[in-house]
Amino acid sequence: MPGVRVLVGTRKGAFVLTSDEGRRQWQVDGPHFGGWEVLHVKGSPVDPDLVWAAPSGGWFGQLIQRSQDGGRSWDPVGNEFRYDGVPGTHQWYDGTPHPWEFAKVWHLEPSLTDRDTVHAGVEDAALFKTTDGGTSWQELSGTARARHRLVLAAGRRRALPAHDPAAPDRRAADLRRDQRRGRLPHRRRRQELAADQPRAALGGDPGRRRRGRALRAPAGDAPVAARHAVHAEALGRHAHRRRGRLLARGERQPAQRLRLPHRRPRPRARDGLRRADPERLHPLPPDGRLRVYRSRTGGDEWEPLTRGLPQEHCYVNVLRDAMAVDRLDECGVYFGTTGGQVYASPDGGDSWSAIVRDLPAVLSVEVQTLP
Amino acid sequence: VIRIVLPAHLRALARVDGEVQLEAGTVREALAGLEAAHPALRGTIRDPVTQERRAFVRFYACSEDLSHDPPDDPLPARVLSGEEPLLVIGAMAGG
Repeated sequence: MPGVRVLVGTRKGAFVLTSDEGRRQWQVDGPHFGGWEVLHVKGSPVDPDLVWAAPSGGWFGQLIQRSQDGGRSWDPVGNEFRYDGVPGTHQWYDGTPHPWEFAKVWHLEPSLTDRDTVHAGVEDAALFKTTDGGTSWQELSGTARARHRLVLAAGRRRALPAHDPAAPDRRAADLRRDQRRGRLPHRRRRQELAADQPRAALGGDPGRRRRGRALRAPAGDAPVAARHAVHAEALGRHAHRRRGRLLARGERQPAQRLRLPHRRPRPRARDGLRRADPERLHPLPPDGRLRVYRSRTGGDEWEPLTRGLPQEHCYVNVLRDAMAVDRLDECGVYFGTTGGQVYASPDGGDSWSAIVRDLPAVLSVEVQTLP
Repeated sequence: VIRIVLPAHLRALARVDGEVQLEAGTVREALAGLEAAHPALRGTIRDPVTQERRAFVRFYACSEDLSHDPPDDPLPARVLSGEEPLLVIGAMAGG
């Protein structure tokens, strides 16, 4: 029977929320890794029962845990993240050189085609990859050479990989988009990536490689969660830098603020949500009101979605990896808040209800659509 | 045989109840034995690359703080005899 599994990472453990296709009744399982800060939990597109988690803590470092039964039980795998070569230094907040050192894994991105391959985006910024089911992790040489540019470009010290089913190594496309936004040197960055990535993944469809079209068109209905995560991250970076402006302008001009890459309307893929809509759903809490904005016009016009969401005295935040969508015919949308609520909409955002209300602060939300 | 007491987080991670017992004469040997017996603990008490003790992990025994002692120093006699445990402690921090 089809269903969904929502994977929630929080400040103090991970939770697994499951429901059937109706998404009205939920079973809450957890906490897993109680007391550990779980920045990300994500299932493998290849095997729905294979789930990866990245618990970490200031005391005991970074763990990588893997479940092969859909999150019911977990086993630790390799957690040694050693930078490729001599890592050197980068510019610290006060402008002084600071040694490059691994701190934590922010994002895990399992491969779309191989169950044993996973990318990990880490702080200090680098991308690691395992091809042996997590036993060992190697830094991607291209990102190693570009480390200092990554950190300067992002303004933060972490890297987040993401996949698009249309381009299995979509990480390259993400970085290309950063280049277009002026965050990375373009030509040299591409050369560095070329060492790691297949040409097809780098170049994409030539017909779509024009300015303003940052990503290749998704194949079928698959890309939603990963693609959303990319933009949630972009929003998060924006929020970190210009928080006041973001909140003040959020309701008035969300389209201009978000600067979405897709400019033209595209065919509807589902009832309620357009194919690319997950990129365009961003919960914001301006004026104490929790809203999700939805665009059906490629980002030119936005509508606030409020039914079931608190509309007064609500000051929670939604962090960069804490929103996802499922792949059921009537698209479900999910997001978690720093107040510990996980909201779900089984009807493409028209109505919302809280699956749970009092979890620890939610750091990430991912969804698996179960066969 | 020495006795090692782990903090709750690490006991859960290693799936052990109570103390861990193993052969060791120094803190370094104790940690190596601990990681060999329980691979899940690798990287949690000391950095896997530098082998340095994590900043908020401390070692105590016989009411003494051994955290800053050289890791190859012999453990106290009462620890070596099993009379006292080697305590691995997650430091209190924050408010």
